[in-house]
Amino acid sequence: MKEVHHKADEHHGAHEKTYKYGMVVDLDKCTGCGACMVACMAENNLSFRKDNSDRLRSNLWMRVYKISNGRPFPDTDISFIPRPCQHCEGEGHHHTPCVSVCPATATDYSHETGIVSQVYTRCFGCRYCMAACPYHVRVFNWWDPTWPKGMEKYLNPDVSVRMRGVVEKCSFCYHRYQRAKNKAYAEGRRELHEDEYQTACTQACPAGAITFGDLKNPEHKVHKLKKSRYAFRLLEKLGTNPKIYYVSTRDWGRKAGEVYAGEEPKGVTHVTHA
Amino acid sequence: MDSASAPFDSALFPEGVKRCKFKWFLFWLAVLHGPLMVGVIAMLMCWGLALHVTYLNNNYPFGLWIAADLGIIALGAGAFFTGFLRYIVNIEELKNIVNYAVVIGVVCYAAAQGILGVDIGQPLRGWFIFWHANVHSMLTEVAFCITCYFMVLCIEYFPLILENRQINKLRFFHGMAHHLHGAMPTIAAVGVFLSFFHQGSLGGVPGVLYGRPFAYREGFLVWPWTFFLFILSAIACGPCFTILVTWITEKCAGKRLVKRNVIDILAKISGRLLVLYLVLKTLDTVYWVAIAGKAGAPLSSFYANQPFGYWVLITELGILGVIPAIILLNAKARQNENILIIACILNCTGIFMNRWIMTVQALAVPVMSFDKFISYRPNWVEYASTLMFVWLGAVVIMLSYRYLPIFPQEKELNPS
Amino acid sequence: MFPFAFEWVPEATRYVFMGSLYAVLISLIIILHYCAIRAFLDMICKKDDHNSHH
Repeated sequence: MKEVHHKADEHHGAHEKTYKYGMVVDLDKCTGCGACMVACMAENNLSFRKDNSDRLRSNLWMRVYKISNGRPFPDTDISFIPRPCQHCEGEGHHHTPCVSVCPATATDYSHETGIVSQVYTRCFGCRYCMAACPYHVRVFNWWDPTWPKGMEKYLNPDVSVRMRGVVEKCSFCYHRYQRAKNKAYAEGRRELHEDEYQTACTQACPAGAITFGDLKNPEHKVHKLKKSRYAFRLLEKLGTNPKIYYVSTRDWGRKAGEVYAGEEPKGVTHVTHA
Repeated sequence: MDSASAPFDSALFPEGVKRCKFKWFLFWLAVLHGPLMVGVIAMLMCWGLALHVTYLNNNYPFGLWIAADLGIIALGAGAFFTGFLRYIVNIEELKNIVNYAVVIGVVCYAAAQGILGVDIGQPLRGWFIFWHANVHSMLTEVAFCITCYFMVLCIEYFPLILENRQINKLRFFHGMAHHLHGAMPTIAAVGVFLSFFHQGSLGGVPGVLYGRPFAYREGFLVWPWTFFLFILSAIACGPCFTILVTWITEKCAGKRLVKRNVIDILAKISGRLLVLYLVLKTLDTVYWVAIAGKAGAPLSSFYANQPFGYWVLITELGILGVIPAIILLNAKARQNENILIIACILNCTGIFMNRWIMTVQALAVPVMSFDKFISYRPNWVEYASTLMFVWLGAVVIMLSYRYLPIFPQEKELNPS
Repeated sequence: MFPFAFEWVPEATRYVFMGSLYAVLISLIIILHYCAIRAFLDMICKKDDHNSHH
């Protein structure tokens, strides 16, 4: 009995330790190949249609935007911005933008991992969270989910598929966190190694532009990378406190983090969505 | 009444009033039936085929439906506010219009809930908002208060049904109606409490979106300034909507139903509140420009993309705000029925436009610097399913007018 | 929604919010029952003293 108590205490203690998972994306390395988008779709059972070209209605948890410096040849330069859920923490009296507005508690901010979750079985489709998110990371299931015949056999068994009429978004591959955690527990560990929990997009990136880890842990690469003087976050001024950091050595590239000012930022024109 | 020429259902009419022939009544019901059925088809398409049948998309999760919802609820504020003035402030004359304000309120709130039922992708999960309520969400407050207030409106409408000439002959129903009338101040007080909160929370819905500088407002405690502005604008336009619908009903019925002095009281109060609203709204706008500018979004960025140019701001506050306020404050202008009705139309349109701006324009303004402006317009499915509730409302009003004693002054104004 | 639900968090805002909701619902139920019972009593007592109400 004593041992049980001891274990319970230890378990509780493990939960007191908190992480802040986040990403650092090196925009100088990103080639815009879209491998992260494909990996994300396959990993997270994202449904798609035969003609998936309508970007305003397609399910993409990870989306790559393309910006350019707008200069004529030969000074033209482009940059790609991969944009998963920013897993905002909020700051001051502001909570995560989407979490505080959900009327049915279908989305939550985990203080253990820093991950913003989405409970599909509880979402009833009011889409208030989508209105609250300035990053457009939340997508709605405008159709019933479908896959080409036979492909449903290849769906990831760890990730539930979502029905029509609910909102979904990037979960930082939370099932991978759970799997890694289970494995560590089975091996009698309470801590995860950095490489034990990595998101699908991070692993798929051929250029190694995405780095994922615990932003609070000095042993993790992201801890150092986020301190780069070229690092910035999207819409930092609004106080959303996102956990995705971007690194760009190009001045005009870092302007992407600013709030829309009615015109494209100086030098950045020809905005297209990859 | 000459029994030979009276419609066959005349025994159900209120005492001493005339109504059109039953066949004409049926004819107009059939006319309304057409667009109503189109709306039903649109609604079934949304539920059966999923929401891709609309023009909503991931950039515009809110569209006509939510804007209409906010607008309808603001217009329906005439019910609680007239009730408040009649039963709590005790303005005796308003007893001649309070019944009709309740009927209009029932229609508006039923419509608002119906539209929300179509708007959510999963109507069968609608109860989650109650069961898994997140009390920090403005939408939760809205849902709870609207549902409760709709119950209050039904209880206020209930004695009117019981006062139908035939139903009222039964002693129990007669007594029930009598006691409900006695309890009306308490019921109205509950209604006022609920209404203040949900009108405000509807303002809080866009006001708390700090990720969108166009909509975000600072505020008092947990309530952004829009919370208070929405309450004020709703009680400034609600009475005007009651006047407007009463006028339309009078035109359709071909006779006067409410005395001018009663209408004038509502118009005067509406005008004063509208002025107060405009003053506060102007202050809010100035403050908002400063706050948004600090966050990196200059005023010009909000109006950089057509169709949401500066004309929106000028139209909302100037043409649809200042002009009706001037008319409603002027006693002479109020006496002229046509001018009064124009003021009411401008006022109601202004509030509706405000709700559209706070929902749709709030989503239209890009936030990330590399975002593209995307335009939105509703498609026929959205229009039809929204208007369906207008037709349904017309049917409820027709039935209520024909069979229930809604206008106490009708007999006096139209001696047979 | 109910204090016995697993997700109930004992915090002040929740008590105020849900408390107001239940207060409103209870007052409405009481009003309706009060009126119905009074009307029923009137009916069985054959009291008819309010023909000229409102």
